Formats: sequence, C-alpha cells, structure tokens
Amino acid sequence: MEPFTRLTAIAAPLPQPDIDTDMLIPQRYLRQPLTAGYRNFFFYNDRFDAEGKPRPDFILNREPYQRAQILVTGPNFGCGSTREGAVYAAVDFGVRAIVASSFGPFYASNCYQNGVLPVVLPEAEVREIIAALQASPGAEVTVDLQAQTVTAPGGKTCRFDIEPSRKERLLEGLDDIGITQRYEAEVADYEKRLDAEMPWLSGAPLQGLVQP
Amino acid sequence: MPVTAPQNMFDKIWSRHVVAQREDGESLVYIDRNFIHEGPFYAFDGLRLAQRRLRQPLRQIAIADHYLPTLNRAGGLAGIRDPDIRRMIEQLGTNARDFGIPFIGMDNERQGIMHVVGPDLGLVQPGMTITAADSHTTTNGAFGAFSFGIGASEIKHVMATQCLWYRKPRTLRVTIEGALPQGVTAKDVIITIIAKIGITGGSGHVIEYAGSAFRGMSMEQRMTVCNMSIEAGARAGLVAPDDTTFRFLQGREYAPQSEDWDRALAFWKTLPTDAGARFDKEVTLSAADLVPMVTWGTVPGDALPITGKVPDPQAAGSAEQRAHYTRALEYMGLKPGQLLSSIKVDRVFIGSCTNARLEDLRAAAAIVKGRHAVIPAMISPGSSLVKRRAEAEGLDRIFTDAGFEWRDSACSMCVGSNGDFASPGERCATTSPRNFPNRQGRGVRSHVLSPTMAAAAAITGHLTDVRTFA
Repeated sequence: MEPFTRLTAIAAPLPQPDIDTDMLIPQRYLRQPLTAGYRNFFFYNDRFDAEGKPRPDFILNREPYQRAQILVTGPNFGCGSTREGAVYAAVDFGVRAIVASSFGPFYASNCYQNGVLPVVLPEAEVREIIAALQASPGAEVTVDLQAQTVTAPGGKTCRFDIEPSRKERLLEGLDDIGITQRYEAEVADYEKRLDAEMPWLSGAPLQGLVQP
Repeated sequence: MPVTAPQNMFDKIWSRHVVAQREDGESLVYIDRNFIHEGPFYAFDGLRLAQRRLRQPLRQIAIADHYLPTLNRAGGLAGIRDPDIRRMIEQLGTNARDFGIPFIGMDNERQGIMHVVGPDLGLVQPGMTITAADSHTTTNGAFGAFSFGIGASEIKHVMATQCLWYRKPRTLRVTIEGALPQGVTAKDVIITIIAKIGITGGSGHVIEYAGSAFRGMSMEQRMTVCNMSIEAGARAGLVAPDDTTFRFLQGREYAPQSEDWDRALAFWKTLPTDAGARFDKEVTLSAADLVPMVTWGTVPGDALPITGKVPDPQAAGSAEQRAHYTRALEYMGLKPGQLLSSIKVDRVFIGSCTNARLEDLRAAAAIVKGRHAVIPAMISPGSSLVKRRAEAEGLDRIFTDAGFEWRDSACSMCVGSNGDFASPGERCATTSPRNFPNRQGRGVRSHVLSPTMAAAAAITGHLTDVRTFA
C-alpha cells in the first residue's frame, strides 16, 4: 500500500449530498478483475452516456479535473453498499484524499484499506472549501496527514481529527493483517476459551459442505 | 450479591467478543461466522498474493447469490451465456475449494440469498458476531446477533485472522408498542423509522428494536426490519431473542443439537437487555400511527404514507433539502402535489433479502389470488428452499395464473449483478431495500414498498393502498 504523507493536488468540488456507491461504480463493473483498471468505472453513469460516450458536462470529465487527486464532497459520501470497488475506482482515477463532513457506513474504512485518506471536517468548513474551489476552478488543495490539516485555495487551513492507529498505518502504508498478527497469543487464548464454552460455533458440521 | 450495572444486549455481545483493545479505542473483535458471496473475490486474490492461509476455514461459508441467473438454471454453469457472470460463479467455487471453505453453489439445493439461507439453515444464532461483504448483513440481527457488512479488504482480514478491528458503535433503541394495524407490514415499520430518523439517523449506532410491536413479529418480519437498518445508516440492528427465536432455530440443519442446544439456549436467554440499561439515543413510535408506506424519491428516507402526496421542494425545511427534493423529483419524473396512489408503474419486482421469504410470498399471493397483473411482474424467491416450499403450497400457481413470472432464487433485480434489470427509464415497484438512481437499471425509477403493496401495484398498474383490497 502506498503511504500517504502530504499531498498538494487539484481538487474537484462535488457538493451533492448522499453520493451513493451505485453512483461511484455501477454494480455491472464489479465483476472485472482489478488488473482491468477501474478508472473508467468511477462515476460511470455520470461520466458516460448510454452509448459509452463521455459527457463533457460532468466535472470529472473536464480539464483539469481529469487529474484531480482530491475530492471535496457533500455529506454522507459513499453511502449504500459495502462494495470496495467504489474505492478501487477512485484510486484508479487517481484520488488519494476525500474531504467531506461525513461518509457512508463502509466508505471511510474501505478508503483506509487502500491508502486513501478520508478527511472529516465540519460541514461549514467543507462548504467554504467547495465555494473557494468553485470560485477558482482547477485550484489546488493541500492535505497534510502528519499535521492533520487541509489548506484550501486562498490559504485557509482547517484541522481534522484521525484515529492515531489509522494515521500511523496510512503514514507507513501498513497492512492491517500484519498488525493483527502481533496479537496471536490473545487470539489463540480467546479461541481456546471459545471452543471450551461454545463448541457448537466451531463450524465442524460444515465440513460436509467443503468440496473435495 | 455483587451489584453489576445493567447492560444492554449490544454491550453483552460486544464485550464477549473483544479479543484485545488498543489505547486509541479500536478493539480487535472475534468474528464467529463470515459469509462470502461472489463479490469480494478481491479478498482471495489478495490472500494468494501474500501467500496467506485461512485461520478458521469452517467459520466461513461461501454462498452464490449475487450473480446467479434467475432463468434457465437447469443447464448449470455451462448454461450461463454471459462469460463474465459464469466466471464470477465459477470463481467463488474455485476459491472456496482452494481455501477449504464450506460452499453452497448453484447446484446445491440449499442455494439462495445468503441472508435468507443463513437463518434457514440455523447458521445464524443469538449472540454471534457475523460479517459479510454486503450491507444487508444487518438482516441477521433479527436473531440477536451482531451482524454487519464490511468491505473486501476487511473480508480478507477476517479470513486470515478471524478478527476485525472495530470501534465500538453507540446504541440507539427504537421502541414501538402496540399491534400493527391491518395492512401494515414489517416493511412499513422500518420504512417509517428510516423516514423519521433519516438515512444518517443511525450513523455510528447499533439499533435495538424493542417493544411489543417487534416482540409480536415472526422471525421473518424481524429480519425485514433488521435488514434495512443500514438504510438508516446504522451499523447493525438487533431484536432480543425470545421463544419465537428459539422455536425458529430448533431442529434447523446447522443449529446446535442435543446437549449443545441446551447449553446454547441457556446462553441465549442471558442476552436480552437488562431492565434499566441505558442507550445513547432513544426513539419511540406508536404502532397505532403506522400506515403502509412507499418511497417517492432517490434515497430510502424519501418515504411517505401511500395516502400522501409528492412533496413540494418549496416546502422543504432547508436549502439542502430543497436541492435534494428538486433533484429527486426530476430523476423520478414526479410533480409536487401529485397523489402517490396515482403514480403509474411499469414493472413489479418481488424478491431480495428484504422481502422474499415464505411469509412474504404468502402475503403477496393472498392479494394476487384470482386477479391478474396488468404490468410485467416477477418473483425471485429468497432461496431455493423457499421456492420449493412455496411450490408445495401452490403459491407459484397463484402467481403464474395471475401473469407473474416465477423465477429462481438470487439477488436479482435488487442489484442487477446477474443482469436482471428493468428496462431503461421504467418505473418499478420493488420489495428490495434501496431506491438509488440507476440501481435497477439505467434511468429506472424505483419505489420501495412491501410485498403486499407490490402485489397490489401489479394488479392495478399504479401505486395502491393495499388496505383498499378486500
């Protein structure tokens, strides 16, 4: 996973609230292997018409937003399904940070798993950044994870909170599984107790459903 | 006797499953059962790449549901024409075999939507922690299990470690006392709750559904309620296990047997919320006020009683709400003030993990019996078992005689992974949980409602108050 430290990049304003995962990537593209590249699936129905031709009016199809690495969005961004393809598509588009006042139930944790920083700021501050971006199209925003700040065009700086462990993992590009394996003794103890107290949860009867 | 603070049900389940805690408040939580469908194949790719093995293969189960066709299933895998869809289903079986995971594929008589199959087979039990790469994993909360959706990377993490890093959610209790009025279903109850608290009203919370309205529900009705907890933004839903739960579970294929049953039952009875336990938030509704509901907009919270009118953006409470209403009405092709019951519908879908269990099909059949659909209508039963049971009762004949299509079991037109879409731009009355734009097909306008309301819409060709049906 690519570490996230500090990023200055073109930011696209997407003020609409409740941008759902069906908008971020329609279900029909979730059957493609990641190696196919998910860039074109991002916001597919907004970016392409029924014939597959790009819609020039949609912001992410316009220069310079085709190179946007930061999105500044309305609240509840990425609500809906658990589909991680909605993050893979953002990553393949080039997105590394998303600023919003809130995220859908699964979207932020899926971002962390893929080296994308979900920044939560108060709604008034997000609106201010969106207004600044709309006033100077194509402007850049700086997201500094170490300092936990977002700097809008014009220089206004907003501070954001992040769980220390999430921050550490993003800064170092660490994978969760490696961290969890440090807890092997605790997990083994837990399982020993569980097997003694609730042996019926072991799944042993399901052995019959395992294919030879 | 030691005095212990009263605990709510979620706290009891949570504290049992915490393996380790970090100073920053994240907990390593043990996962009792992980359901896997075709979607999170990325997780298997990642495990192979890192040469990781599963910690507990038998605490996983792989079930094909999202991509299975609902037509021409007799031809098996080879009969699936779309090569991408065929690959998705084949890939799940191969991955399950390679990693030693129990597998229910398209040829298994137990096949169906995983949130229907799990409970039907007794795989979902009170007090468990359950994950799946699907937001509607919340369905299983009906049994008093903490059951929630996660992304593919987290699925990989659970497969490798049987644990998940999670920050303890807050708790919200929704209490409804009283019996449901005539014509009001579990679907109307949960839609009413979502409309009241909003699609982010449950954010960061686990909802416990309490009160006599839920105690009086069957397991299937409780599943419908918990299923849509996610549509209020909640992490999960919970209903306290009781005799209804225990009767449902006893004797199911993978429920605990004999001595294990007695031990499990003793544990399950300790789970309900203690008297005096506190919740972070409380919401109370009265059952007497409930009416059949329908969504008019583009998120599940855009819902009103079927007797209502399409809202006017000018009357919205805020600029944001006005903008949302305007956009939603434009997408839905509706005008402010229009009677909801006057909205003409092009197609009806009865299916999905929300509303395709046997009781749902019985209720819909009771409306349809002796009548005829005036628009295309299809049914995809929640599981192959539900399908066989419905056929044994003759429900399939009632539907087909009325002009409905009686299909095989899969997620189908709820999400369209298998290619079951409405035609572009159509208006669809659907028992599925979600009315997002373009979800059921390009430009398709979805109205979420109960199975009886869907059946009534098929008969009349417009959204209809099912209470007017004798």
